[in-house]
Amino acid sequence: MLTIATGNKAVAAAVKEVKPYVIAAYPITPQTEIVEQIAEYVTSGELDSRYIPVESEHSAMAACIGASITGARTFTATSSHGLLYMHEMVNWAAGARLPIVMANVNRAIGPGWNVWAEHTDAFQERDTGWLQVYVSTVQEAYDTTLMAFRIAEHADVILPVMVNLDGFLLSHSMQSLDTLNAGDFVPPLHLPHAIDVLNPAGYGTLTGPDEHFRFRWEIEKAMRRSRKVIAETERDFAERFGRSYGVAEEYRYEDADVVVIAMGTLGKEAEVAVDLLRNEGVNAGSLRIRWLRPFPDLDLSGREVVVIDRDYSFGFGGIIAQSLMARQRVDLYSVIAGLGGQEVTYDDIAGFVRERRPGTELWFGVNGNV
Amino acid sequence: MTEIPKEEFILKCTSACAGCPSTLILRYVLKAAGADTVLVVPACCTSVIQGIYPNTAVNVPVYNVAFAAAAACASGMSEAFQKAGKKTNVIVYAGDGGTVDIGIQALSGAFERETDFLYICYDNEAYGNTGMQRSGSTPIGARTTTTPGGKVHAKKDLDAIVAAHNPSYLATACAAYPQDLFKKVQKALTLRGSKFIHVLAPCPPGWRFSSEMTVEMGKLAVRSGLWILYESEFGKVTINGPSKAAMIKPIPIEDYLSVQGRFKGIDRKAIDALKSQAEQRAKHLQKEAEGIC
Repeated sequence: MLTIATGNKAVAAAVKEVKPYVIAAYPITPQTEIVEQIAEYVTSGELDSRYIPVESEHSAMAACIGASITGARTFTATSSHGLLYMHEMVNWAAGARLPIVMANVNRAIGPGWNVWAEHTDAFQERDTGWLQVYVSTVQEAYDTTLMAFRIAEHADVILPVMVNLDGFLLSHSMQSLDTLNAGDFVPPLHLPHAIDVLNPAGYGTLTGPDEHFRFRWEIEKAMRRSRKVIAETERDFAERFGRSYGVAEEYRYEDADVVVIAMGTLGKEAEVAVDLLRNEGVNAGSLRIRWLRPFPDLDLSGREVVVIDRDYSFGFGGIIAQSLMARQRVDLYSVIAGLGGQEVTYDDIAGFVRERRPGTELWFGVNGNV
Repeated sequence: MTEIPKEEFILKCTSACAGCPSTLILRYVLKAAGADTVLVVPACCTSVIQGIYPNTAVNVPVYNVAFAAAAACASGMSEAFQKAGKKTNVIVYAGDGGTVDIGIQALSGAFERETDFLYICYDNEAYGNTGMQRSGSTPIGARTTTTPGGKVHAKKDLDAIVAAHNPSYLATACAAYPQDLFKKVQKALTLRGSKFIHVLAPCPPGWRFSSEMTVEMGKLAVRSGLWILYESEFGKVTINGPSKAAMIKPIPIEDYLSVQGRFKGIDRKAIDALKSQAEQRAKHLQKEAEGIC
């Protein structure tokens, strides 16, 4: 059904379509609209789920964990400080191999209080064993949330998935949305290690070094297998519903000499910048990284690269720029832009390309090349 | 005498200390709850007592979870079981640190939401698993590794905090009175909503007494009036037998303190504070039981 919606409402609508047994909810700007909308669905009877209005994000994830280990499909949503407050349980969910799906509305971390878009919140959870995906449009938020449940719950994965959308820029932007009848696109969840009172087991008991190490390796193996599952899920989604995105979305990429790499809404903005640059005769293209974990295998050989990081690791650099350089030899210009919701237009992005200085790092609007 | 089932859910391979009250308590809790039960256990001695993966000494499913997360985890579990049409008992089995300190926010939230579960706090009045550091539940005057001169603050009134949430059932119990504990767990599990049982767990290595004295130590706690056995069903308070007798004629609290190494060298002021707290608590509960307040 064609409608218009915000990014937040698109996520809520997708959650309604897959009918989780249990949803734990705690408000935080700019995520709140998701849990409000789901509360509406549950109250009106449109969604038959148990809605647990927890007293903190730590408890939101703990409640999802408790529900998930019974074999129930679960969902929660958070942002920024909420995500960091649940950090311990974010680790627990992955370690316990629970296919929880969570929407995280990317927002800067204080102090001072800043409610606008930045990716540093989710990036701080990148080593927890969660799959992470970043979306750029309302439709993509909806489609990806549907896909997230199928990927998380797939027998070859059984890991939690975090769907990230930029605070306000996407969470509160109204765009057209085609809602779907997902049918059996997301099959019922079968959790192989669900609690069974007829076959009692200890979960998370004291575990020695050898077993602990082996369990970590199992997570990594699942993460590696998830690449195939993501691809299969995308393919089936495209066949059924006619839309696909890829691990990283390419735009005028094939013959590009200089490539802009960005995530979330900045990645979409970069496409406009590419058109501008092409009109000027610059052979530009863009790559919007969708999946941060598992990190995509990108072949950037022979191209110049401008990476825009809406994040930073102090004393290290832009996290995407550094991650790409760690994986391949690439002539890269690192731009730090958009922190705390800083406005970054397609003109600005075109400017980064025009004035690129490979091998250096720019803090846009704050400092020259350093 | 209450008929207590012969079936054991604690197998003979725990890694508990000799004379462990936690294991004793859990044994009767599970006898009362039966096989259709899941335990949620935050970090505490019971995390270790179960044994090391892939073995377990507990014959019901045990979900071990992070320190602050037990009550919230149980909330999710309880809701999921209900949604699936299952009547499985969800029981949190947590120490005092995981309850009165780091777990109190999740506990409060779960009780406010009237989560259908039973929360059992076994209280050995310190962080036992990490080697006896003070907790909010450590009594005044007690030496722990972080209060080497004796604790200067009073024991947190956990029961009053839980009572403020108007739970459907609240009771105290003690490892030394397993029949009383068994009946309370059984009763709690017949009621819907949030139920709470606070069990005193005299800990031989932590309290520094000989390991065959666990039951005796629990009895001294009750007879001295420092631990009062009572229950509150939908707010109606009943003081239980052993504590009724103790209220009429308590033994001197020194008889309880002097047999524990943790109170060695306790000063008069701390003893008086303990006495006065015990008296006030008894008076308050008596009034509640008589329906005066």
